[in-house]
Amino acid sequence: MSTLLEVSGISVTFDGFRAINNLSFQIGPAELRAVIGPNGAGKTTFMDIVTGKTRPDSGRITWGDRNVSLLGQSEAAIARQGIGRKFQKPTVFEDQSVQENLLMALAKDRNPLAVLFYRPGARDLERVAALADRIGLGDALLRKSGELSHGQKQWLEIGMLLAQDPQLLLVDEPAAGMTLAEREKTTDILKDAARTRAVVVVEHDMEFVRRLDCKVTVLHEGAVLAEGTLDHVTSNQTVIDVYLGR
Amino acid sequence: MQRSFVARNPSVLVFLALLALFTLTATVLSEGFGVGLISTSFIKTLGKTLCLCLVAIAMDLIWGYCGILSLGHFAFFGLGGYMIGMWLMYERTRTIVESALYEATIPPTEAEVRDAIGNQIFGVVGSSDFPVVWMFADSLAMQLALVVLVPGVLALIFGWLAFRSRVTGVYLSILTQAMTLALSLYLFQNDSGLRGNNGLSGLQNLPGLDAVPQSVVSVWFLWASAAALGLGYMLSAWMMSGKFGSVIRGIRDNEARVRFLGYPVETYKLVMFTVTACIAGIAGALYYPQAGIINPAEIAPIASIYLAVWVAIGGRGRLYGAVIGAALVSLLSTWFTGGQAPDLPLGFYTVQWVDWWLILLGLSFVLVTLFAPKGVGGLADLIADRRSPDRHGADLGPDPGSLREKEAVE
Repeated sequence: MSTLLEVSGISVTFDGFRAINNLSFQIGPAELRAVIGPNGAGKTTFMDIVTGKTRPDSGRITWGDRNVSLLGQSEAAIARQGIGRKFQKPTVFEDQSVQENLLMALAKDRNPLAVLFYRPGARDLERVAALADRIGLGDALLRKSGELSHGQKQWLEIGMLLAQDPQLLLVDEPAAGMTLAEREKTTDILKDAARTRAVVVVEHDMEFVRRLDCKVTVLHEGAVLAEGTLDHVTSNQTVIDVYLGR
Repeated sequence: MQRSFVARNPSVLVFLALLALFTLTATVLSEGFGVGLISTSFIKTLGKTLCLCLVAIAMDLIWGYCGILSLGHFAFFGLGGYMIGMWLMYERTRTIVESALYEATIPPTEAEVRDAIGNQIFGVVGSSDFPVVWMFADSLAMQLALVVLVPGVLALIFGWLAFRSRVTGVYLSILTQAMTLALSLYLFQNDSGLRGNNGLSGLQNLPGLDAVPQSVVSVWFLWASAAALGLGYMLSAWMMSGKFGSVIRGIRDNEARVRFLGYPVETYKLVMFTVTACIAGIAGALYYPQAGIINPAEIAPIASIYLAVWVAIGGRGRLYGAVIGAALVSLLSTWFTGGQAPDLPLGFYTVQWVDWWLILLGLSFVLVTLFAPKGVGGLADLIADRRSPDRHGADLGPDPGSLREKEAVE
């Protein structure tokens, strides 16, 4: 199987604290992966490194068919190459409408001059409307996103990710603060997205991970502790000791 | 779904109509073109106010929309004034010198004329040579270009250095203030080439138009200022109405998120910083011929702080807010500090507004910031019934069983 993203042997230290310790990780072009682990295991730092927010002290990150190195590239440049990220806390532009949020995320030329003269055509608006339908916000296009509920904001952010049309989605705790019905819908959206692209989901909630029904990577103290199906990793004695047993 | 520019920006039509009405009324009441109810000096005050409104729009774009509290935009305004002032002073001195030398029996050479002009202009700082910065002072076209280029290039270099290092928030404000202070201190020096603390003067006299009375010239400048303000308002509304505006407001609200969407945030900030500096320069170039004099004190950091106060009082993040704030506060300031406001006898103490105006202004700034962050312009929301989202305390999900906000704390 070909790999889309290959992270090998990265380490990063914050003020003497080793947040990531010789971590290696691979994901294929159309794969759903859950990353679990106790607090402080380095899940968010791992995403920060892949998206260019944090520079690792050592290691390599190669991306795509042409094996481009992502190290040293800016966040914006990495995002333009097809890596989308959803934050733990829903971060949508509250002062702007759902439509504006989605239009901004839509995969288009990002340079200022092109954006200044950009006016949405019928096709773009249709695409935005279709995306909004998919995330259950079809009726809320013109509402300010700040008026949306917490769950709807989470979906809007996932919708913005999809609008970016990335090859890899990094999703940090998508189900936090959601009800059961909302979680089910979120699972559907993510599983659907993973049919055409790679999706990495960081999650605490084991029930949610079980529903995703995918390969699981367990992180602990900045390194991979176990990898495999959920049943496989949950029967691993070390995983039980450091994570599940507590 | 997608409406026309005017439909999305109803304030543009209203604003242009009000501006046209204002200009027409002022013209009809002026001494130069109408019945003479408004004195020439007050026409100048009105014209200057329009220029201040324009620089306030620039400030609103950079602060209210892009979230960068720049304390340097009045420096760009002053630089624009200096650039046009150099041509005005040079040309006017030249006409005076030439008419004086006309009496001489031997016709003066080019070099002699130039030396005489230099003597006239720089005698006050004990020099007579033209500094390099006056290289293009004899060309109106060049100086007009410099009105935009000098503030633009300064903003470009400064912004590139600052934004590239990801300096944000209050640190960036301090940096811009340091730039402003350094510039004004430099200009205060006699050998800065711009006549030190004397500044440039006599700018109200247009070269070659000595026959035209100031009452007429003042109305011309009122028109030019109104036209610049109208164009600046339309340009700003257009820039902020589309996706570009979305990105800029996104940078204000959550810079990191915009970055992860793939937008080069630093480039966008740099574009905004430079464009608004150019707008400020144009506003300054229209302001100082009406003021008649420009000196380094105009550039001092306090002026840029005033600019921020106007925009805050008027209402950040809305263009008409900036205009309202600048017009209201600067006209009130003229009234209070001009000695026209009646003293307020309290029995034990008499409040003299010349002394107390600054305290009143400071107090209203604090009150607006604390209790009415939308400013005076926010009153328009009462009419339009537009409310900003406030969902605090509501359920987190669309389903009735969702957690409430305070229950969701991890």
